[in-house]
Amino acid sequence: MLTNNSSNKELLEVAESNFKNVSRRNFLGYIGGASALLFTAAACKKDEMPATNNGVDLGSGDVGVLNYAYALEQIEAAFYTKIFESPYSGISASESALLGDIRDHEVAHREFFKAALAAKAIPKLELDFSTINFGSRDGVLGAAKAFEDLGVSAYNGAGKLITSPDYLLLAGKIVSVEARHAAFIRDLIMPGTFADGLDANGLDMSRSPSEVFAIAGTYVKTKLNISNLPKN
Amino acid sequence: MKIENIINQIESVDPEIYQRLDGRRNAMKSFVKFSGKIALASLPIAFGSMLNKAYGSPTGTDDAITDVLNFALTLEYIESEFYKAGYSAATGGTLAIPAGAPLGAIKTIRDHEIAHVSFLKAAITSLGATPVSFTAASFDFTAKGAFANVFTDYALFLAVAQTFEDTGVRAYKGQAGNLISNNDILTAALNIHSVEARHASHIRQMRRANGGLIPAGVTVKPWITLNQSGIGTTAVQASYNGEEATTQAGVNIVNIGGFTISANAASECFDEPLTKDQVVAIVTPFFA
Repeated sequence: MLTNNSSNKELLEVAESNFKNVSRRNFLGYIGGASALLFTAAACKKDEMPATNNGVDLGSGDVGVLNYAYALEQIEAAFYTKIFESPYSGISASESALLGDIRDHEVAHREFFKAALAAKAIPKLELDFSTINFGSRDGVLGAAKAFEDLGVSAYNGAGKLITSPDYLLLAGKIVSVEARHAAFIRDLIMPGTFADGLDANGLDMSRSPSEVFAIAGTYVKTKLNISNLPKN
Repeated sequence: MKIENIINQIESVDPEIYQRLDGRRNAMKSFVKFSGKIALASLPIAFGSMLNKAYGSPTGTDDAITDVLNFALTLEYIESEFYKAGYSAATGGTLAIPAGAPLGAIKTIRDHEIAHVSFLKAAITSLGATPVSFTAASFDFTAKGAFANVFTDYALFLAVAQTFEDTGVRAYKGQAGNLISNNDILTAALNIHSVEARHASHIRQMRRANGGLIPAGVTVKPWITLNQSGIGTTAVQASYNGEEATTQAGVNIVNIGGFTISANAASECFDEPLTKDQVVAIVTPFFA
């Protein structure tokens, strides 16, 4: 008999991922095992059941959007913090100072959302930056550019999901700083590319949460459930 | 996107669609004009707006939105005419913007501002309203003599450019809440807002490289530190007042969560809005 929430969750996740791997032909043979697992879980106390078996729930409404922003800021803050654990060779004083500013900005954003969301905040995410070469300037700046442009497009796409004008303004206060970062990083890589990637109308990009996590997911080990976020 | 098919489909459930649209002749007429002019990506905005007209919307909503768009269009005219004049002065040999990356960047930014003017004009027309219209002759970029050498002194040109960009960012930010009822227009405005911030970031780096008109002891960074303009004149201070905020939604950002966050960083990491009245006061001296 399972007694705690986390083992239920793990089992459900195992069941779910196994489920995905089952071919159509084996489905009938498999379903018995899966329902036995689900039955065992369902037999536990109701309030110990996870709200969903699909990972950390960002939530719905404006809280969901703020948690979405909190998740992105966690990624950015952790990334810039890691740069300074062992800066790439040949980093200039001015580059170091300004990248240090960006780290402070992202840490402040992360901590702001954590404080603002309080009890509604998602937990600290487990991240994985193993695909990034922190020893190389190209590796670090390339990843920084990707994170900043992604952040800009995420906030731009999230604006319409927010219902409170106050939260919309807060998102606006942050996104322009992300855009300043993005332009700076782009210029470090190749001077004059601060706004490459706009459309023919001179507009920046916006992305939906699912588009954003399709990209950011590479760096997030914690399973996230974005299905309750507002859709429009 | 087959707009005709969509209208036909609506007709099958709402036989009065044409009558509704016809009752709003301007909406239909301007939609056809608008859709012929602009990139395909913007069509959903135009179409959504047309339907909004046909089916009606809460009284005043559209007016409020077109007011914001005309305000934004005015700012984009200021910027586009400013960069057009600056670029011409440079190629004409009277303004020393260094050839290569610096002149290239000014041309890039000029072209974005021109594109923003076209986009906003089309968006306003699609809403059945009349876009404001300005020409080079509408403006006095010396601001009645305060910046007399703006098109002959490169450092001053960059300083005014920085002020326009930082002000633009704050102006769009201040209007976002007024667009909250129209998802497509809000998203478009946000997509312009972040471009203005990219421009500001780059112009600030150009100023740092040039070094002119920067007060002693001040480092110009891509972001705004406290309420520092980084420009050796008080004439632009109104564009920076309020940026020194270090508290957001009641949360003190300095050393938040036990992390070392200076007041400088706390002010830099959030850009602040300006009201329409504040922006109008800032740009008024630039009208001829």
